[in-house]
Amino acid sequence: MTARGRGAGFLLGASLTAAFIALAVLAQFWTPYDPTAIEVIDKLQAPGWHHWFGTDQLGRDVLSMIMAGARNSVGVALASVAIGALVGVPLGLTAAARRGAVDEFIMRGNDVLFAFPALILAILVTTVFGPGAVNAVIAIGLFNIPVFARVVRGGALGVWTRDFTLAARVAGKGPMGISLEHVLPNLTALLLVQGTIQFSLGIIAEAGLSYVGLGAQPPSVSWGRMLNEAQTLTVLAPSLALYPGFAILLFVLGLNLLGDGLRSRRER
Amino acid sequence: MRPPTDSMPPPTDSMPPSLLSIDSLGVSLGGVSLLRSVSLEVRRGEILGLVGASGSGKSLTALAVLGLLPPGAAVTGTIRLRDTVLTALSEPGYRGVRGRDVGMVFQEPMTALNPLMRIGDQVSETVRLHGRASRARANTLTREALTSVGLDGVAGAPDRYPHELSGGQRQRVALAMAIVLRPALLIADEPTTALDVRTQAQVLMLLRDLVQRHGMGLVLVSHDLAVIAQIADRVAVMQAGAVVEVARSGALRALHHPYARALLAAAEPAPKPLAAGLPPEDPLLEVQGLVREYRGRRRSLARAAPAFRAVDEVTLTVHAGETVGLVGESGSGKSTLLRAVLGLDAPQAGTVRLNGEGFSTARGAGLRRLRRRVQAVFQDPYGSFDPLWTVERLIAEPYHLLDTPPDAAGRRRRLVQVIEQVGLAASDLRKLPHEFSGGERQRIAIARALVTEPALIAFDEAVSALDVLVRGQILELLADLSRRLRLSYLFVSHDLNVIRAIADRVYVMQQGRIVEQGPTEQVFTDPQHAYTRELLSATPRIGNT
Repeated sequence: MTARGRGAGFLLGASLTAAFIALAVLAQFWTPYDPTAIEVIDKLQAPGWHHWFGTDQLGRDVLSMIMAGARNSVGVALASVAIGALVGVPLGLTAAARRGAVDEFIMRGNDVLFAFPALILAILVTTVFGPGAVNAVIAIGLFNIPVFARVVRGGALGVWTRDFTLAARVAGKGPMGISLEHVLPNLTALLLVQGTIQFSLGIIAEAGLSYVGLGAQPPSVSWGRMLNEAQTLTVLAPSLALYPGFAILLFVLGLNLLGDGLRSRRER
Repeated sequence: MRPPTDSMPPPTDSMPPSLLSIDSLGVSLGGVSLLRSVSLEVRRGEILGLVGASGSGKSLTALAVLGLLPPGAAVTGTIRLRDTVLTALSEPGYRGVRGRDVGMVFQEPMTALNPLMRIGDQVSETVRLHGRASRARANTLTREALTSVGLDGVAGAPDRYPHELSGGQRQRVALAMAIVLRPALLIADEPTTALDVRTQAQVLMLLRDLVQRHGMGLVLVSHDLAVIAQIADRVAVMQAGAVVEVARSGALRALHHPYARALLAAAEPAPKPLAAGLPPEDPLLEVQGLVREYRGRRRSLARAAPAFRAVDEVTLTVHAGETVGLVGESGSGKSTLLRAVLGLDAPQAGTVRLNGEGFSTARGAGLRRLRRRVQAVFQDPYGSFDPLWTVERLIAEPYHLLDTPPDAAGRRRRLVQVIEQVGLAASDLRKLPHEFSGGERQRIAIARALVTEPALIAFDEAVSALDVLVRGQILELLADLSRRLRLSYLFVSHDLNVIRAIADRVYVMQQGRIVEQGPTEQVFTDPQHAYTRELLSATPRIGNT
């Protein structure tokens, strides 16, 4: 892609991401209707003035559900990125600072965690602890830990080769002090990019888990569950699957464009 | 010996035809004029040296010939290669010229090569990119090129990867890529700056040999007049984007432009005058029988991993107020020794004592008290500073070693004092490292080393990345600080010219051992060890004419 194309992609990605996050924040305080309110009389209405995106088979307002779903997705993805970063970043920093046996121990442990495919891991967690949004967060967060640990270790090893870490050691600072004062601040751009990517993976993972019934449980709303429920009505009301489908597509697309844009900005 | 003549003689019919002619070349970027009416000639079989400090426009001139100027650069004047007007070429046209008619070699041999590609493939890729050659033909040309750069002696050379080669060998590969298509003109930008003195001498001789054998023209770009004087036929001195003087290389001592004379003086810094009867002082730093080993990779379960002795029973002493030079090539163990002396790595055997106290065995508060007395300046003026920290915070970092750091006002006073001691201004404290040039950054590094009032400062190749003029200024500053503050230095360098200019005593290190030591002038004028003699003869000097 040309530099100009990348700039446009970055702008598009940033606006899509901002729009969905604004939608999620708004849903925290206000939705046109109660997304869980069942009005069977109004079921399967076409999009119109009262229900912009129409209603589903139980008469719930689809727009309100999309907004509540955005809130749910953002919450789960954000929490799982936070879990991954809060555990993975210190692990990666420690591995890079200590090297040797500590490094081996941390990174091999990581490999074990990495060896489980994300969905298998999530199914494992949710079958052991039961399905639900909180357990979905834990499962996705668990998957994020080795990703952050690996990325941070790689970046940190690069920072450690630079002479200013030697200078800090001559100034009497220990490996942990140097990691916090010098290494981590120099990795913020890297973390921002990785965080964006993991965030988008979190959206997909949450939708996937909810779709198979391991994520958000009724009556809470999730894009994945909306897809699942719409599946039985594909003949009757095909458009019901389109709203959550496009929401997932556009949000993930926006996040990936944003991540790519951030990455190319960092490399420049 | 070439006949000394003052300036470039007018071209005559007996001379070989002009190969490259640059006629009043001007380059400006964003309204800023970077090159002003540069006119140069290179003939077949001739080596033109292009010398100047960083920012003088010498590399830009080379890039202009290659058509590799940054986008948006406005070019005036003409560059002609034989009958082709290069400045009139489009980018696709230039691509046919680069590599085929004009070969190029850059400073950093590692980044010039693709780390994932065998070197034979990299060389033959150049052939195939310019088409018209079958695979078999390309392989033949590759073999010939590798042979002519002297890599035929390396077993299985074409199948090796760049990381399996030494720096000098990598630069030979880069040279092979540059000459494989027998270009008429070769451009080499600081081709030996990253190399050790002995390797540098070999690569320079190879360049001269290639030029003579293939009748090429060569433009050799360097900041160091002594390097250029080794092989160039003529030397053009550049300053601020203009050629200020051109001379035959036999007549460099007769250069008269003030800037050219400054380069001449800086290329060969004056030896340090003998200290007038230095009173025998108690030793400040004593290193006794120091050993530092690295474990290799374990090859079998039955045998222990092989150990590599980077530092092998080294004993050395630095007295108060004395500057001790430690000279050796890369891989000789001098940086490893320095790290052990700084207490960054624990030695396997031997002791490091500071003022009679054990440094290598100290822990906790005792270690911090000793660390305060020994500070360090590292090689890379760009890597030595956290790019996110202000100069003030950077210089104050060693305050971490103090049990009772001074209050904000006292701290500020001291920081202003040290930044002024190294020739910068108090207002520089608020800036970030990227706002400074390489030489200024090394001044900041010195200020950081001074802040805890140490007795000894260790320098690891601290002036190697600087151009000769800046190097001269830093060496002067160091000598001045040492006199005023009675500082001791342990100065590590591979550059004998630098060691000679700053050190009172010198240790010569080879493969982890000290092979020779003594007062600097004695070692330089009457070297005893064969290795020292080899280093001295490889060190570029401007011949006396």
